[in-house]
Amino acid sequence: MAEFTLPKNSKIQSGKHYPAKGAKKPRTFKVYRWSPDDDQNPRIDTYEVDMATCGPMVLDALLKIKNEIDPTLTLRRSCREGICGSCAMNIDGTNTLACTKAIDDCASGDVKIYPLPHMPVVKDLVPDLTHFYAQYASIKPWIRTQSPAPARERLQSPEDRKQLDGYYECILCACCSTSCPSYWWNGDRYLGPAILLQAYRWIADSRDEDTGGRLDDLEDPFKLYRCHTIMNCARTCPKGLNPAKAIAEIKKLMVERRS
Amino acid sequence: MSAYPKEYRNPLKKARGLGSAQHGVSHWWVQRVTAIALVGLGIWLVTLVLRMLHADYATARALVARPWNAVLLIAFVVTAFWHAVLGLQVVIEDYVHTRWKEATLLMAIKFIAVLATLAGVLAVLRIALGA
Repeated sequence: MAEFTLPKNSKIQSGKHYPAKGAKKPRTFKVYRWSPDDDQNPRIDTYEVDMATCGPMVLDALLKIKNEIDPTLTLRRSCREGICGSCAMNIDGTNTLACTKAIDDCASGDVKIYPLPHMPVVKDLVPDLTHFYAQYASIKPWIRTQSPAPARERLQSPEDRKQLDGYYECILCACCSTSCPSYWWNGDRYLGPAILLQAYRWIADSRDEDTGGRLDDLEDPFKLYRCHTIMNCARTCPKGLNPAKAIAEIKKLMVERRS
Repeated sequence: MSAYPKEYRNPLKKARGLGSAQHGVSHWWVQRVTAIALVGLGIWLVTLVLRMLHADYATARALVARPWNAVLLIAFVVTAFWHAVLGLQVVIEDYVHTRWKEATLLMAIKFIAVLATLAGVLAVLRIALGA
């Protein structure tokens, strides 16, 4: 059966408290901590950060904590402008990017920060996305053609190019897939919203010549049809995309090609 | 110390799994078609039940025995159980991850649905054909 309670060694305990001495505008951050190196349960550490000397985004606060309070805090980050997807985490109850989430937009009170839900944790806020990336590789996310390669680029009309809008912007941060209950329970076989959006990005591409093959690969009770239009994916996407719509388009094409 | 046992297989091996089953679209489509049919049949059933509300036994029986009512009642019984089996199958596949329990439940709901459908159809036919 699906498990609805955490196993004993995953139960979260209260952790250390780091008060901000002499802070003008203190704000409290509660951060999930777990290390594979010390046989201990996960814990929630409490950090007080002085907003008077901190940038506006949650990532600014996390980096301030790492730089000035607790260098052991582990997280992924790179571009700090919402294009790399590295700092995806669960902030204030929603999966989003720490770099584009303003601290002021979090609910008043403590800002709670957890890793992406239902993923194995490597350390602290770093989830193991190996399977997610392997699922991405499994849909062969590159152009597949039969016709000989032209001497120059494969051209596309502006209208056909428009078909990729809302899909090409996906940065594969995994916020949507890890917010999806279907992906939590059946992520081993269900591809999840992010990968299905990417699959549709290639199905919708006018230059790709293997649409049928792509649909063949997706027609599966688990790979595709575990989507029950829960819509968490569209609600949580930090880029404002709608993976559920991409999945609906795939389902429509599945029906279209049989009748 | 590593938190997980060492994995020697390439992650792609796990992600590709047993490949695509090449089906699933019929299940999805039939679930929707039966849902649409049940909207109409459900509203009709409510009106039929309302007409029976204060009727005596003989009147209610005569109402069911009318050809169109009997046909629609049989259609409702078949469609409702068909739709229920498709829906329950999804729930079981979603949440029951012990293989033998999953297989047993998937078979059980089909057996129960077939028997219940046959019983329902027989009941309507007996009234309609005046047994």
